[in-house]
Amino acid sequence: MSDMAIDTPRAAAEPAFDRAKALAAFKLGDATFYWLTRASAILVLLLLGGIIISLIIGAWPAMRTFGFEFLWTQRWAPSAHPAPVLGALGPIYGTILTSLIAMAIAVPVGLGIAIFLTELCPPVLKQPIAIAVELLAGIPSIIYGMWGFFVLGPFLADRFEPAVVSAFENIPILNTLFAGPASNLSLFNASLVLSIMILPFITAISRDVFATVPPVLKEAAYGVGCTTWEVVKNVVLPYTRVGVIGGVMLALGRALGETMAVTFIIGNSFRISSSLFAPGTTISAAIASEFAESDGVHQSALILLGLLLFVLTFCVLSAARLMLRRLEKKAGA
Amino acid sequence: MNTAAYASRKRKDKIIKALCYAAAIFGVGWLCLILYTLLANGLAGLGPHVFTQMTPPPGAHDGGLLNAIVGSLIMTGIGVGIGTPIGLFAGTWLAEYGRHSQLTNVIRFVNDILLSAPSIIIGLFIYGAIVVPMGGFSGFAGAIALAVIVIPVVVRTTEDMLLLVPVQLREAASALGLPRAYVITRIAYKAARSGLITGILLATARVAGETAPLLFTALSNQFWSLNLGGTMANLPVTINNFVNNPDPNWKQLAWTGALLITVSVLTLNILARTLGAERKPK
Repeated sequence: MSDMAIDTPRAAAEPAFDRAKALAAFKLGDATFYWLTRASAILVLLLLGGIIISLIIGAWPAMRTFGFEFLWTQRWAPSAHPAPVLGALGPIYGTILTSLIAMAIAVPVGLGIAIFLTELCPPVLKQPIAIAVELLAGIPSIIYGMWGFFVLGPFLADRFEPAVVSAFENIPILNTLFAGPASNLSLFNASLVLSIMILPFITAISRDVFATVPPVLKEAAYGVGCTTWEVVKNVVLPYTRVGVIGGVMLALGRALGETMAVTFIIGNSFRISSSLFAPGTTISAAIASEFAESDGVHQSALILLGLLLFVLTFCVLSAARLMLRRLEKKAGA
Repeated sequence: MNTAAYASRKRKDKIIKALCYAAAIFGVGWLCLILYTLLANGLAGLGPHVFTQMTPPPGAHDGGLLNAIVGSLIMTGIGVGIGTPIGLFAGTWLAEYGRHSQLTNVIRFVNDILLSAPSIIIGLFIYGAIVVPMGGFSGFAGAIALAVIVIPVVVRTTEDMLLLVPVQLREAASALGLPRAYVITRIAYKAARSGLITGILLATARVAGETAPLLFTALSNQFWSLNLGGTMANLPVTINNFVNNPDPNWKQLAWTGALLITVSVLTLNILARTLGAERKPK
């Protein structure tokens, strides 16, 4: 292609502008930018790979020493003689139990707030309440820990727990589940704080997926005389089921891995107790409280705990994401 | 007409509505309660000395949080400084170049996993990848751990925001002969600017209060230190160490530090939200 622009007298008068040079600079910039962005995108993949590999390498000595027995050994004695005896049953039990109790509290409340925001709330209050609930998600977890330790813990130990213990004293199963003595540090205390922390996740996602329900469906239901609750139960919830479950699983992933808040208030006891008011521990709390002072196989066992936690949250989070994506596709179609 | 059935349906509806109101009050109530506790306990110890003096040794009656505040600012700054460009570029690739590629789906999925991965796992990863090879705890390791948390947040918001930019804008620029990289940096970034800033602010808010990944990367110390190669004082870990101590002076400083962190994190959050909200009505 002959370059007509260069041949015109005006362009000839400005020889400083070299078209070929400018094009080359464009090309270089273009290619550099492409590879820069591509490398960054690949780096995200490498990060996940790096996390998995570094955890496996760190956990390898403990895996070799304890094998699968690690999973169902309750004893945690890093300084036992002749060799340390370490088992993950206590932390695994604590992690799953606290998360489940937290979900049992947070799911109904979170859905309730989402229903309130989409169906009942006066428009003026909608934005402030939504922001207030979402700010709960912004508060750093160590603050929840302090608050749970100094405010909620004493309240539960002095008022709530003795009342519950005496109320269930003569009921067979409940009296082992809710047995004294009341304590500032307990599984129940940790579960309650966890439930407050995951509440915003459930509310935010439920509200978003509730908003995807076509208004005409709701209007039709109201038109045949349904009450608000019947519309929610028979139209909104069935339509958004997959999304709501996805949001709940996402919150579960958070609850499983939450560290600082739980470390403060769970009591760090590796013994499994039948009472919810007794101290316990979770995987993340065990790592946070012991890792800095550990070495050798003890440290490796803590990393193995971390690997277990990662596998657990990985499964829950992937299930959540797959469900949410299915809903996105449905909304897009 | 069966009036009894009507009455029971109405009653049920009223009960559920009341429960929903109660749930909303419950949610907002916790926020108010936590903020009240923080203000009540933290304000008492707030004064200029907090920002001008170092963290005190046990038993002292004075002292502030200067070294911890500065350490936190440095590590958060470096973490966000490293994480932001990487996240921005990765998000750009997903939204601009790889929009129809299979790799994009994989990366997006992995990014979502990283986004919600427990932060203590990130701490363990950096411990194995940086602290052990470098031979000790360091502020640098802490900053990298924070960067790893920043990246997925920025990737996610960048991709979402760039996908909102109308294709016609890009087509118009391309039709003028602008190369792809320039279309993205000069046109798409400008159109999505407030959204991108929102993402960065949210990422900063997320890492500003992170404690778990710093516990065994940066550790913390009692002294003034700007050396990234050694342990570095920081606000969250300092609070963690002070709060479980019977020393009343330490406890007071912990509450004041907690108030400072929460106020700055919430301010960042609100700032990000107002910036993000500005875009939507258009």
